[in-house]
Amino acid sequence: MFQIRIHGRGGQGVVSASELLSVAAFSEGKFSQSFPSFGSERMGAPVQAFARISDSNITIREPVMEPDMLIIQDPTLFQAINVFDGAKFDGYLLINSSKTPEELGIDDVTSQYPNNHVMTLPATELALKYIKQPKPNTVLLGAFAALSNTIKIPALEDAIRGKFPKKIAEPNIAATTAGYNFIIKQLENT
Amino acid sequence: MLYQMSGSIAVAKAIALCRPDVVPCYPITPQTHIVEHLSVLVKSGQLENCTYENVESEFASMSFCIGSSAAGARTYTATASQGLLYMMEAVYNASGLGLPIVMTLGNRAIGAPINIWNDHSDAMSVRDAGWIQLFVESNQQAVDVHIQAFKLAEALSIPVMVNMDGFILTHAITRVDLPEQEQVDQFLPPFVPRQKLDTEAPLSIGAMVGPDAFTEVRYLAHHRQKEALAIIEQQAKEFAKIFGRDSGGLVKSYFSEDADIVLVAMGSVIGTMQDLVNDLRNEGYSVGILSLRSFRPFPANAICNALKNAKQVIVFEKSFAVGMGGILASEIHMATQRFVGDKLIIKSVIGGLGGRTITKKSLRKLIDSANKNELDDEVFMDLDGTTVVRELKRQQEEQSSGPVAENILRDIGVVSASKTH
Repeated sequence: MFQIRIHGRGGQGVVSASELLSVAAFSEGKFSQSFPSFGSERMGAPVQAFARISDSNITIREPVMEPDMLIIQDPTLFQAINVFDGAKFDGYLLINSSKTPEELGIDDVTSQYPNNHVMTLPATELALKYIKQPKPNTVLLGAFAALSNTIKIPALEDAIRGKFPKKIAEPNIAATTAGYNFIIKQLENT
Repeated sequence: MLYQMSGSIAVAKAIALCRPDVVPCYPITPQTHIVEHLSVLVKSGQLENCTYENVESEFASMSFCIGSSAAGARTYTATASQGLLYMMEAVYNASGLGLPIVMTLGNRAIGAPINIWNDHSDAMSVRDAGWIQLFVESNQQAVDVHIQAFKLAEALSIPVMVNMDGFILTHAITRVDLPEQEQVDQFLPPFVPRQKLDTEAPLSIGAMVGPDAFTEVRYLAHHRQKEALAIIEQQAKEFAKIFGRDSGGLVKSYFSEDADIVLVAMGSVIGTMQDLVNDLRNEGYSVGILSLRSFRPFPANAICNALKNAKQVIVFEKSFAVGMGGILASEIHMATQRFVGDKLIIKSVIGGLGGRTITKKSLRKLIDSANKNELDDEVFMDLDGTTVVRELKRQQEEQSSGPVAENILRDIGVVSASKTH
């Protein structure tokens, strides 16, 4: 089972991202679940969402305590909460930021991961470019696909088309592809 | 057909497959998405011949249900928590009049203190209201049990409440196999009411009943619930035959037949327990689970039968009677005393209150203590003793110590101090 935890703030599409992941995994024939952290949802407040992907039926209901993949949609959260709680250091870490882990002051944590398991990318900037809104979620989903290889891009595209009308879906698909390409390039350069 | 969707949307679609005639609704978290999606299905014409009415309150909603069901219409609604309390008088009337309404309860805590998250306090507040109360473990069961609920309600002419954990199930997106319309039509025949208000053949429903007949009318309500025990089992079998799935029934064992320690619980926590039991059995623990799928009627015989080889039973519940303790634990105790005797050790665990996360880790600690015969008779799982002691001390030291909830929130740092000590 592959477990994902996404941290962000209300309005950044954290819950939608976990939903899209689970739908994409489902369309690839896998079992998956996703759910939000059930806070009182409001713009700007810290939000978490969870997803699990497995080859067999998933019965567990607890939040993801030990994520194989941790996605940080908002780097200001490093100061607010312990986003690394329970993180599995043989897993992956994806951060929406144009800064390096050193510049973010989290290299004491990120150095515990293997090479190429921690990636930062300017997802908000890419989102502004492709969807004209500061919603980094679909860029990060593309990056997720590139980094983890758990989900393929066509499945993500189908999930996005299934959730949104064409006018919203197509720019988000472009954003997903941009996130995917960004990480692939990073991986090739290292 | 298989879909990946939220529990709420899946339930709305399942209700539509049951062809309800009338759906009066008042939205409340966490069931809002169910009634919202039903309104979409009616408005878009996907659910035909259905009157959808967004009424002004939960009291109006259940009253509307009573009226439409008495007029012979297949009737559905949903509510939760304070909404259920607000409709309470009508909830008793619906069952007292013997009206086969189906209602989803998106289980949520009851205030004060105000809390929108999941536990079973709302379901337990109506445990004596005369409704059949079924619990589901997953969104697949939520779909399947709602379909069975209409058939059960209409067979016996009593209302059925399907309990579905708020957020944990309603808001979770999982794989769901939605049945085909033909399958549902095959399983669920058109509604033939036992009583019907009809201008062509006038009759009255809801007479005042005095001491000369009240006992008999109430006894018959009890009798009907006892009849439901057999019908629930029979319908689950019939359902399995048509839909090819095990869903519903009175109880469900998970390795409990040969286990020394058996966890007893209701609802979605069963899923996490199954995951834990898989781990523990691999490690050689003799542990199993008994899921109570029907709470009313209370399946005492089925429970005793399932627990007859157990040495220790841990009853886990997401609510309790303040001043008494675990409700389910006490009922299980009573039921098993009569049939199994008092050699069975029964422990009561209260957990998951107001949405507190139920972790595998905490459940495992319970099993480990039980295994060493060290589990207390009554346990509040993950209770923060330090916080409790601090507040008790405050109350002891000062008569005007202030509101408990605000004091504790300040102690744990959720709100900044509004008052200094």
